[in-house]
Amino acid sequence: MAQIDRDKLLDIYTRTMKVNRTDEKFRELLMGGKVAVMYYCVRGQELVSAAAMAALEKEDYVVCTYRGQGEQTAKGIPMEKWWGECLGKATGTCKGKGGTMHITDPDTGIMVTTGVVGSGLPIANGLAMASQNNGDGRVTLVSFGDGAANIGGFHEAMNMAQLYKLPVIFLCQNNRYGEHTAYADHTDSPNIATRAAGYGMKGVTVDGNDVHQIYPAMQEAVARARAGEGPTLVEAMCYRMMGHFFGADFSYMPPEHIAEMKAEDPLPKLRKVMLEHQFTEEELDAIVADINAQIDAAVEHALNAPLPDTDEIYKDVLEETA
Amino acid sequence: MAQITMTQALNLAIDEAMAEDAGVFCLGEDVSAKQGGGVFKVTSGLTEKYGEHRIRATPISETAIIGAAVGAALAGQRPIAEIMLMNFVGVCMDQIVNHAAKLRFMSGGQTPCPMVIRTTTGVGVGFGGQHSDMLEAWFAHVAGIHVVTPSNAADARGLMRASIDANDPVIFIENILCYGLKSEDPGPGYRVPLGKAAIAREGTDISLITYGRTVLDALAVADDLAKEGISVEVIDLRTIAPYDEATVLASVRKTGRAITLHEAVRPFGTGAEIAANIQEKCWDSLKGPVRRIGGTFSAVPFASHLEQAWIPQKSDMIAQIKASVGKV
Ligand SMILES: Cc1ncc(C[n+]2csc(CCOP(=O)(O)OP(=O)(O)O)c2C)c(N)n1
Repeated sequence: MAQIDRDKLLDIYTRTMKVNRTDEKFRELLMGGKVAVMYYCVRGQELVSAAAMAALEKEDYVVCTYRGQGEQTAKGIPMEKWWGECLGKATGTCKGKGGTMHITDPDTGIMVTTGVVGSGLPIANGLAMASQNNGDGRVTLVSFGDGAANIGGFHEAMNMAQLYKLPVIFLCQNNRYGEHTAYADHTDSPNIATRAAGYGMKGVTVDGNDVHQIYPAMQEAVARARAGEGPTLVEAMCYRMMGHFFGADFSYMPPEHIAEMKAEDPLPKLRKVMLEHQFTEEELDAIVADINAQIDAAVEHALNAPLPDTDEIYKDVLEETA
Repeated sequence: MAQITMTQALNLAIDEAMAEDAGVFCLGEDVSAKQGGGVFKVTSGLTEKYGEHRIRATPISETAIIGAAVGAALAGQRPIAEIMLMNFVGVCMDQIVNHAAKLRFMSGGQTPCPMVIRTTTGVGVGFGGQHSDMLEAWFAHVAGIHVVTPSNAADARGLMRASIDANDPVIFIENILCYGLKSEDPGPGYRVPLGKAAIAREGTDISLITYGRTVLDALAVADDLAKEGISVEVIDLRTIAPYDEATVLASVRKTGRAITLHEAVRPFGTGAEIAANIQEKCWDSLKGPVRRIGGTFSAVPFASHLEQAWIPQKSDMIAQIKASVGKV
């Protein structure tokens, strides 16, 4: 078993809980009728994004999807700005013009959040190409689902990235569903990572619920990219414990499968690892309490924040030249 | 001053921009020296100067090409992506429409996307239905992109420099039949600002608003009609979107009559938008309805005589102008 030092474990735990508490809070607000926006739950996938972001440096680039809350908050978008954007406020990362499905925060390295399945991969190549061109040493990570692996752009991007040895990491969060379609109903191969071989690329499949698998895999992919050895396709097996988006029907998900999901829940597993590493219950609870307080304050701030001026619809269409 | 072809003009503009800014690079199928410097030779000679990283030959992967340009632009570079023929933009529409055009807006201005998409097309070379379409209206309909097309070599040089300078995506359409056209070389550093039309020929009786290759037809027709005492003002838009509305409206207010002309098919074309805008804003000055001339509403045919018949005809331009000015 790969060793992860205590500081890094603490870092991963903190990020994971930030993702989880944000997810819980969002669902609470939606259920309470406090807000009514599209939200794609990340329950069950928290560890994957937290471990991935913990393996990156602050200046590294990330491209994610509508289900990108994990990457966004774990990479460190300031909570007030993040909530502001999700609630369509002027204080949001994108002045309320992007919304939950299109969050951009270059300060944090979140360069694109796309609502179009699979379209992040070709863009990630371009970010990585820029790094390769100007030698800035940055790595780009693009996160996407198992469904996205069947889009043409996936294949074009994989081939191009390997051809140019781009410093890019393709992180497939295989949560077993693409909207209502189960993995086995959209793909007849046991996993996605084996496709990497078809492009001459390194591909690995890891248990995304096990910090001792997902984090070392990410670390290695980052190291390879940073060293100019090219891209890696990392497939993290995980489960989408909720419907496609909040409020969506998920009767198509077999109950026995959901029970199986619960047994694989990454959160209790991670907590167990933390306790094994001599973190105390009290320490861990205190971290969560602190995160909860930060989230509550950020939500309060966002709820009270001003709406964007109506004029904003005319701005940022093209560069404003006087 | 030396004469240059449009191909040379584009090459000079790209060369100059690459020399000045290390962030400018080209990518596309067959663009580098190994593959012959591009199907139409626009990038020939540049690999030798700038290397294969800055003249990147790509796989046949239009989505990956445009996606890479988008990503590089977000990271502060100025990519020039080539889509070999305009019909193939269908393959990468998502990257252009959902990403390049919208990322500035959706990010609240944080991530502009300064990139040029060079592409080529044109009726009259026998390429048939899947290699000849002028699809500018597709892009003119999307907020967040400039659509540019030169009608002569000097403008090509200046418009290309301005497109590379622009802090937004530009679709740069090169008409195959214009590559060989020669102009006097306007020299290094020459720029034609985006969004500014040219009055290609002054006139007083009617405004003929066009762009790209059909500017040549318009000028020829204007010459012919001058002999009959009809004075046609020819406007070369140069930038199709967002277009130079002020120049168009001023011209129509002066002449009182207007016809839009393009090689793209007439229905739902850019001419329809311009005509409608003229009717709304120049109603008081108009002496008759604004007319539209465009390509035939069918796929571009292969057989040479059919292809020639498909293109907007000079005889039709003459007839419509005469009908407009009341000299049938
Ligand atoms: C190109 C495209 N086709 C269809 C959709 C509609 N859609 C949104 S999410 C989704 C499922 C994607 O599944 P997956 O890639 O596995 O990601 P997940 O939602 O599981 O994170 C679909 C089909 C879309 N947004 N984009």
